[in-house]
Amino acid sequence: MSNLTLEAIELTRLFGGREAVKNVSFHLEKGEVLGFLGPNGAGKSTTMRMLTGNLAPSIGTVKICGIDIIENPKEAKALIGYLPEMRPIYKELTVDEFLTIAARLHKVPSKQIKKAVDIAKEKCGLSHMSKRLIENLSNGYQQRVAIAQAIIHNPLVVILDEPTVGLDPIQIREIRSLIREIGQKHSVILSTHILPEVEMVCDRVQIIDKGNLVFHGSIDELKQHRQGNKLLVGFSKAPPLSALKDVQGVTKVEKVETGMYRIHFKNKLSPSEAIVKLSVKNRWGLYQIAPDQTSLEDVFVQLTEKKQKN
Amino acid sequence: MILNIARKELKSLFASPMGWIILALLMMAFGSYYLTGVNNYFEVMSGAIRPAERVGVTIFVGQTVYSIASFIMLFAVPLLTMRLISEERRSQTLPFLFSAPISLTEIVLGKFVGLIVFLSILVLYIFLMLTTLNIWADIDFGYLVANSIGLWLLVASFSALGIYFSSLTQQPIIAAILSFISLFALMIMERFFASDPNHWFAYLSLMKHFQSFSRGLIDTSDLMYFFLFISTFLTLTIRRLDADRLRG
Repeated sequence: MSNLTLEAIELTRLFGGREAVKNVSFHLEKGEVLGFLGPNGAGKSTTMRMLTGNLAPSIGTVKICGIDIIENPKEAKALIGYLPEMRPIYKELTVDEFLTIAARLHKVPSKQIKKAVDIAKEKCGLSHMSKRLIENLSNGYQQRVAIAQAIIHNPLVVILDEPTVGLDPIQIREIRSLIREIGQKHSVILSTHILPEVEMVCDRVQIIDKGNLVFHGSIDELKQHRQGNKLLVGFSKAPPLSALKDVQGVTKVEKVETGMYRIHFKNKLSPSEAIVKLSVKNRWGLYQIAPDQTSLEDVFVQLTEKKQKN
Repeated sequence: MILNIARKELKSLFASPMGWIILALLMMAFGSYYLTGVNNYFEVMSGAIRPAERVGVTIFVGQTVYSIASFIMLFAVPLLTMRLISEERRSQTLPFLFSAPISLTEIVLGKFVGLIVFLSILVLYIFLMLTTLNIWADIDFGYLVANSIGLWLLVASFSALGIYFSSLTQQPIIAAILSFISLFALMIMERFFASDPNHWFAYLSLMKHFQSFSRGLIDTSDLMYFFLFISTFLTLTIRRLDADRLRG
């Protein structure tokens, strides 16, 4: 046995003949945070529901620490903490009451329940809300209660479906650092469509579109996609396009606006030094030179579109 | 685990004034029928001179209270069962239960037990209320115990059917109406077979089996009927919830 905490093997889910998730396989190791990206209706939530045993896969298996969730659901579910898309909270109860019930249902030994509730509240910043009715809490605090519920039994695998929805920026930062903290000891899967979030908290990324896994790799791989071989250069006295095109390694020059050019170059042949030298020599008045980053959104669109063409 | 779910159900029942108000109203209704029962007893019995016309106070008051209790429960239980599963379905809290390390059977049984505990308070209350007759009369405890068991089994059957209908829909009100109609049909079914009381269809009627308890008779075949009735509907509920997981 290795550090593998979660394995999804060839998961397929049909909804009335339509494939919501097609043949998705991946695994998760201890101490990893996996980001799950995809446009609306891509099958993120369906996959997560299958991972937590809320939905039976049509084909394929899910194993939590080697335990099959269909054959031994109780043992497997004890190792998972799940925050569904719609927060599962009983609004008529107070925070303490609800978390106590959550701890009890997740088989926390009765002597440790109080401690577990306190720790979960502290981690999610709910300590001063203990006696309040969940109904009367703000949206963000309700979300925190839902997150507290998912981590109360100290699960090995935490599955969060869009955890930062409805939180203010400060709360989002706190929740992100919480996810990182959990991710150090346990494994976390989180789905989101906020791309910078993935970059900030995740070790690995997985992009799903129309039920297919279109990208699977470390966050660095995604960044490589992102940077590409492009430079953004600005001159106060713009040179002719042809002068730039003649520099060694340059494949294409695009004009962005007056004085601004986007220069495409061959892999590993960055012409930046040559351009600086030319600029000084010809007094082009270079004021900006920087690698042109495609936004994550663009990468995302590229990846999802590429797959569609195939 | 079943008990933990039951505790959760009771907690949400008593978290709002709903639970207390229902208890209070039902107890008031039973209490007033008890009172009229006792009053009527004196009126009727003072007129009954011949010994053959005389009825014991236990049977006279007991029958009044227990027959009205079974009728009131016909309305009350669907109102209590309606939200058990449909409300969870509507507010999307079912995944909370489904992703906890508990089986569907435990979830359904837990909800059932929670409700039964609540209803047992009422059954016990009626029993205790009637035993107060013992202060000035010599009452028949066996009759009261049989009636209590009968009422208890009857409300348990109502609950099992109510939970099943609650699992079918997202709207608590629809669940309540459906379970009320089907319970009412099951209660009065035997009336349609008054000419032929041994017809197999009449045998399905809940009332027919409750009647032997209300005569003070504990019959194993009636016990079996209620047991089968309850387990059938609980099994159907479990299957319905399992279909959620399979069909999505």
